[in-house]
Amino acid sequence: MNTSSTQQHRLSETVQQLKPSGIRRFFDLASTMDNVISLGVGEPDFVTPWNVREASIVSMERGFTSYTANAGLIELRRAVSYYLENSFGVSYHPESDIVITVGASEGIDAAFRAIINPGDEVIVAEPCFVSYAPIITMAGGVPVPLETTKKHDFKINAGDLEGLITSKTKAVLLSYPNNPTGAHMSKEELEPVVKVIKDYDLLAVSDEIYAELSYDYEHASLPAFPGMLERTILISGFSKAFAMTGWRVGYVCGPKDIMAAVLKIHQYTMMCASTSAQFGALEALKNGRADVEKMVASYRQRRNYLVKTFAEMGLECHTPLGAFYAFPSIEKLGMDAETFAETFLTEEQVAVVPGTVFGSGGEGHVRCSYATSLESLVEAMERFKRFMDRHR
Amino acid sequence: MNEKELEILHLLEQNARMDIKTIAKLIDQTEEEVEMMLKKLEENKVIVTYATVVDWSKVNNHDGVTAMIDVKVTPQRGVGFDEVAERIHRFPEVKALYLVSGTYDLQVVIEGKTMSEIASFVSGKLSALDSVISTTTHFRLKTYKHDGVVFGDDDEDHRMMVSP
Ligand SMILES: Cc1ncc(COP(=O)(O)O)c(C=O)c1O
Repeated sequence: MNTSSTQQHRLSETVQQLKPSGIRRFFDLASTMDNVISLGVGEPDFVTPWNVREASIVSMERGFTSYTANAGLIELRRAVSYYLENSFGVSYHPESDIVITVGASEGIDAAFRAIINPGDEVIVAEPCFVSYAPIITMAGGVPVPLETTKKHDFKINAGDLEGLITSKTKAVLLSYPNNPTGAHMSKEELEPVVKVIKDYDLLAVSDEIYAELSYDYEHASLPAFPGMLERTILISGFSKAFAMTGWRVGYVCGPKDIMAAVLKIHQYTMMCASTSAQFGALEALKNGRADVEKMVASYRQRRNYLVKTFAEMGLECHTPLGAFYAFPSIEKLGMDAETFAETFLTEEQVAVVPGTVFGSGGEGHVRCSYATSLESLVEAMERFKRFMDRHR
Repeated sequence: MNEKELEILHLLEQNARMDIKTIAKLIDQTEEEVEMMLKKLEENKVIVTYATVVDWSKVNNHDGVTAMIDVKVTPQRGVGFDEVAERIHRFPEVKALYLVSGTYDLQVVIEGKTMSEIASFVSGKLSALDSVISTTTHFRLKTYKHDGVVFGDDDEDHRMMVSP
């Protein structure tokens, strides 16, 4: 008793207040079983293209083993700037508006630390990536969930957004294409959201790490909207589109004043992102187009496969327009998402992630990643069907 | 050739046994549409055959030797290399035949049971052709990759089972 209460004193209250990750629990459970097919993986099933791996190896062979500039290799920042301008029509100056980070994850963290004062509220569109709320909390802010629902294909409703704004609201955090729902928002659909953000003079943090994995819409980047460049922090990275999760390279772009603050944080906490990883990322931007297109084509096919097979089974699933996740509704089976995921894993050895770990709006759904081989998908769908028939 | 037909070709090139139902789902077409496209591709010989890549080194007691032979020939008036090429590919031991640029003209891939079988093919049949000037024979020692497929087990999934 005594020790545990002293031990509690040793820990930051903020950290104690963070919920343990729901993903972790499933990982532990799945790891104890054999013959598991996992649809629970949030990363590409491709290995990083060889030219990218090779460029990184060569950089090491040539002795590029020291720190880079805090903001990252200038060649890489130039390549990011060119890429963003070319692909999405947003202009960022390589010298002042871009910082290369240790994955988008660090970018999200630095962005919120740069803008949050204690008690500031950040409206977070949910379901979403599991790190957002904890990062905002750790920065001293208050995450305010904005629930998106199946009814609106998990897109943000501008009226709902407006209803959550208070005098403390500092920023809105959104991410399309979305993890876990696979939802995407077109330019037209984003217009009213943009209007609310501008009308209330808020900042926007837009995590566009899945921008390339956009199957039906032309990706509309938030800072490309008139009047948004000066109020948006753009987060992205190499993990998803270039199959580089383990490399840990991402970037943050934004207006000069905010980026100066982001750089200050990044220089004290990270110094710089891994040098050899930055060389790989540079090669990915320079010569990676064809590989990205091949991977996107393959995800699109598997997306089609999953959606059609769910439809055959009578499982309700909105068509995911981006990323590599399907988010079917399992409400019909009369189980909550946690119970479903756990029972499915135990009875059929298929790992899916309960929607509830991604925040409000996730109940009644499970996230199925289709970044896995077609053979595994086919087998997983057979097990899914068997499970459905048994529990109907 | 439309986009969907191209998708079918790429899918079948990787897995010739993929069934029509799966193809239809992957490329977002009906099964009838896929059948029609396949029929057309087969009739036009765009799809030449459905073959299997075999790692013969894993088959016990399979004796077989493969050789790549670079062949220099004199082209014939009017028909160029086509006539001699035809004479060469008719031999059943010839598995592949290409016209290539560079120092040589034709590249012949041949399979035999033993090295001496291949040697006698080269000296007795290939070199005996009038227009063949010279040959250089390379025996294949080991296959690392064939038709885009890596031989050996390097496709292990290193990812964690569940991740955000
Ligand atoms: C929406 C979203 N943002 C950010 C990340 C983290 O990316 P990185 O590997 O660049 O840190 C993920 C990873 O799952 C994600 O899904």
